[in-house]
Amino acid sequence: MSKPRVPVVEGYFTEEGGAKLLGGRCRACGAYFFPKQYSFCRNPACGAPDLADVELSTRGTLWSFTDNRYAPPPPYPATEPFEPYGVAAVELAVEQMIVLGQIARGVDVGALHLGQEMELVVEPLYESEDAQHTVWKWRPVDE
Amino acid sequence: MSERDVVILGAGMHPWGKWGRNFVEYGVVAARAALADAGLEWSDVGFLAAGNTMRNGYPGYVSGSTFAQALGWRGVRVSSSYAACASGAVAIDQARAQIQAGRCDVALVVGADTAPKGFFGPLPGERPEDPDWLRFRILGATNPTYFALYARRRMERYGATTKDFATVKVKNSRHGLTNPNARYRKEFDVDEIAESPIVADPLRLVDICATSDGAAALVLASADFAASRDDRDRHVRIAAISTVTPQYPNTDLDMPDIATDSAVGAVLPERSFRDSIAAAAYEEAGLGPEDLDVAEVYDLSTALELDWYENIGLCGEGEAEALLHSGATTLGGRIPVNPSGGLACFGEAIPAQAIAQVCELTWQLRAEAGERQVEGARVGLSINQGLFGHGSCVIVTR
Repeated sequence: MSKPRVPVVEGYFTEEGGAKLLGGRCRACGAYFFPKQYSFCRNPACGAPDLADVELSTRGTLWSFTDNRYAPPPPYPATEPFEPYGVAAVELAVEQMIVLGQIARGVDVGALHLGQEMELVVEPLYESEDAQHTVWKWRPVDE
Repeated sequence: MSERDVVILGAGMHPWGKWGRNFVEYGVVAARAALADAGLEWSDVGFLAAGNTMRNGYPGYVSGSTFAQALGWRGVRVSSSYAACASGAVAIDQARAQIQAGRCDVALVVGADTAPKGFFGPLPGERPEDPDWLRFRILGATNPTYFALYARRRMERYGATTKDFATVKVKNSRHGLTNPNARYRKEFDVDEIAESPIVADPLRLVDICATSDGAAALVLASADFAASRDDRDRHVRIAAISTVTPQYPNTDLDMPDIATDSAVGAVLPERSFRDSIAAAAYEEAGLGPEDLDVAEVYDLSTALELDWYENIGLCGEGEAEALLHSGATTLGGRIPVNPSGGLACFGEAIPAQAIAQVCELTWQLRAEAGERQVEGARVGLSINQGLFGHGSCVIVTR
């Protein structure tokens, strides 16, 4: 039996009904926030006292990317031996914001190009004895 | 000079390196060097402003009193500032404000650090609400990860190449060769850089600044106090200090955030955050980029130095590579950048770095910079940026 999937951090994403990022949206000015972070709107021209819970767009365009060849310090759960991983910055059109995420496993980072369409997935970041610890990642949309 | 002017009377450093001693020892060496340079004593100081360090326990969080105790308690008022890499500029600003308010004639500014080996990591503990913890935990996004994302944007938008980045390193490595305070005094050539291991593509190990131990200090004084002295030909005037924060929505990807602000429902600011840092300083000084003789910019990565050329107005967007290759930013050129050797030769000692930039400008404007002297320098600018939205820019004049 496969191990249960447990989010590395609570409240940032879901995989029920497909991978989605969970953010906040101001009911007054329409601004999006990811992570939701606070209960209120940070737009100084608005400052509304509460935010609606929203799911963010699951597709966007690749704004920039890199691959990391050296193990970062804790609390990153680096494997031994260290496996390099990519990080992508993806621009969401509706939300007009850029969201970082690791690049999904198995993607050839060297073949990526800026401007291409990316989609959200939820994948294990690491495994422990009793669980797969999951996080959101970006993957190129098959063209 | 107007009566609100503040003057730099002394500058001092402890050399950068990986010495492994208590940061307070470096800071005291730098403070005493700055006082000696000013011809003053600790007993002449009316206010002490220090930059904090996050990785050396409680003494690092109360750096003002830490240095006041180390130099010998004498009742002096202190401030302890933290603004990440911009901490030093905030400390200089604190000292200047005390002098301008007439609360003291002479103030001492100190920043010192003992840095860990390798990547900077977040503070320990389980803190999912701290963006600096989160980016390491779920993304493995180190500082070089962000530098690499910016560098790739430069390549995509302006056709920059890794060879352009390497050229920045070659320039800075030559500039710093004879700087006695620099940690790395080794000349690099482009071929050697191409063999350096990739840390975060497209950046190689030698494109990215190291973490260092080091300390820098300045002695500031009121214009009245300075006018009474007979060393006026060595005085350098602080024309502006900018410690601005971003304007909402900040659509630049900024460390340590995992997302930018959304631009929905908001009017975009007139300038990007990085552009706004120098703009505020130019406005205060009544000067512009065309007036500069020398600049110290925060080359956390080689590619980032090119971004700064544009952010401080040395050239238009996308023109930094051409400016670099023209030789304008090399010693002997029109506007030498990082004559000290920059972070490429120093590595980063966080709370000391913005102060060290102003030390270099002070020596340049006094024509005391030896082999790295910018001929006839009369106006200098230093700029950097601290994570969590801290701008840092100082303009000094003769």
